[in-house]
Amino acid sequence: MTVQTQLKLANFSCHNLKPINLQLESGETISISGESGAGKSLLLRAIADLIPHQGQCFFKTQEMNTFAPQQWRRQVAYLASESQWWFDSIGEHFDLPLSEQTASYLKTIGFSLETLNWDVMRCSTGERQRLGIIRALASSPHVLLLDEPTANLDTGNSLQVEKLFWQYQQQTQCSIIWVAHNQEQIQRVAQRKFEIRHAELIEVQV
Amino acid sequence: MNVVSLSLFDLSLAAALVLVMASLSYFMQLKMTQTILVAALRTVVQLLLIGLILKWLFAQEDFFWIGIMWLVMLLVAGREIMARQTRRFKGVWGYGVGTVSVFISSFVVGIFVLTLVVDNTPWYTPQYAIPLMGMIIGNTMTAAALSLESLTKTAWQQRMIIEARLALGQTWRQSISDIARQSIRIGLFPIINAMAAAGLVTLPGMMSGQILGGTPPAEAVKYQILIMFMITAASGFATLIAVWLGARHLFDERQRLSIQHLHAER
Repeated sequence: MTVQTQLKLANFSCHNLKPINLQLESGETISISGESGAGKSLLLRAIADLIPHQGQCFFKTQEMNTFAPQQWRRQVAYLASESQWWFDSIGEHFDLPLSEQTASYLKTIGFSLETLNWDVMRCSTGERQRLGIIRALASSPHVLLLDEPTANLDTGNSLQVEKLFWQYQQQTQCSIIWVAHNQEQIQRVAQRKFEIRHAELIEVQV
Repeated sequence: MNVVSLSLFDLSLAAALVLVMASLSYFMQLKMTQTILVAALRTVVQLLLIGLILKWLFAQEDFFWIGIMWLVMLLVAGREIMARQTRRFKGVWGYGVGTVSVFISSFVVGIFVLTLVVDNTPWYTPQYAIPLMGMIIGNTMTAAALSLESLTKTAWQQRMIIEARLALGQTWRQSISDIARQSIRIGLFPIINAMAAAGLVTLPGMMSGQILGGTPPAEAVKYQILIMFMITAASGFATLIAVWLGARHLFDERQRLSIQHLHAER
């Protein structure tokens, strides 16, 4: 597949962050780290158009504001560090029946179709986190904004989740912005690495 | 039929009961004594005043003054709705959402009933126009206040959920639909309870009043049914409008949750 710019930030900023210029290729993953409170989550939420911001953000060549908000958020999906559930059972949060693709993701990280009947309250935080990831992938986004997606997971599950994102990326050529603290994980997943220091997004080599 | 007219002495007997209650609360250190006495005093003053005003108003039969009276009722109701909210909207919306929803619902229903159902000449005959509108406004006020309180409070508590639903590509309507539905239901509980229990658990106030006033029970019952239906319709409209306006105002033009439009908790 030809490489092309998938997501572009032009003088993009929110809250105290200095304006950011950034291009993400299709199939590329970048990481963002930084102290807590540095504004990593705010940046991701701004890119998903969940909070106000200045500057411009393009998907391919089209500016954010030319999309209906819900359309934008389906393509540029933000995954919060803590998954949220509002119905009683897991399955009610999905468009049923599941596509074959989504069902196979379930299996990739150790669930089955039976999982859809589970009671949300009886799932562990880690299970909910992983199911939340599948739920986000079900609408086939082109850009993933991951806010510490493995923060609540043990090492084994973290690796499984990394593999799932990698598979998804291979199939869809999606771009990923991955907020993470763990240096080893950053080394494994990201081609370019960024850090927020003093309200500025800078590329780092480590 | 004769109405037993209450003398000043009769009323002071009732007042004595309140005094007994107040002194009890004093000895039991409920710290309510002053509140009870002030509230009792307010009842006396406010009702005497409204008695005088109504007496004057009934003599006028002037639409202008009736309109003024309605307006005062509406504005006070709007203020009460605002005062009931733990997290009210900032700025003009804090007052506006409740007042607008009560205005539209109660005036549409009230004027409909006065012109087409009661059908007096003139339709605004104060003896009907004032108490009917008062009952509608009073009850829609409760409905609007309850539903708005539920909407804003739940939206605040579930702001993470709302944002997660938006992030999954839901529209603002979808993301708050469950909260909105629940808030409408809560607003309608009082009148639905009142309808379901009418006559079995409670004799509704207005009907009791009419019967005390000497109206034949069968006639009083018909009026009570009219009132109940009126209030149900008006409360329904009021909660729908209040919840719709309020929910809309919780999102901005890009359908982002604008939870900062709510005041901090009081």
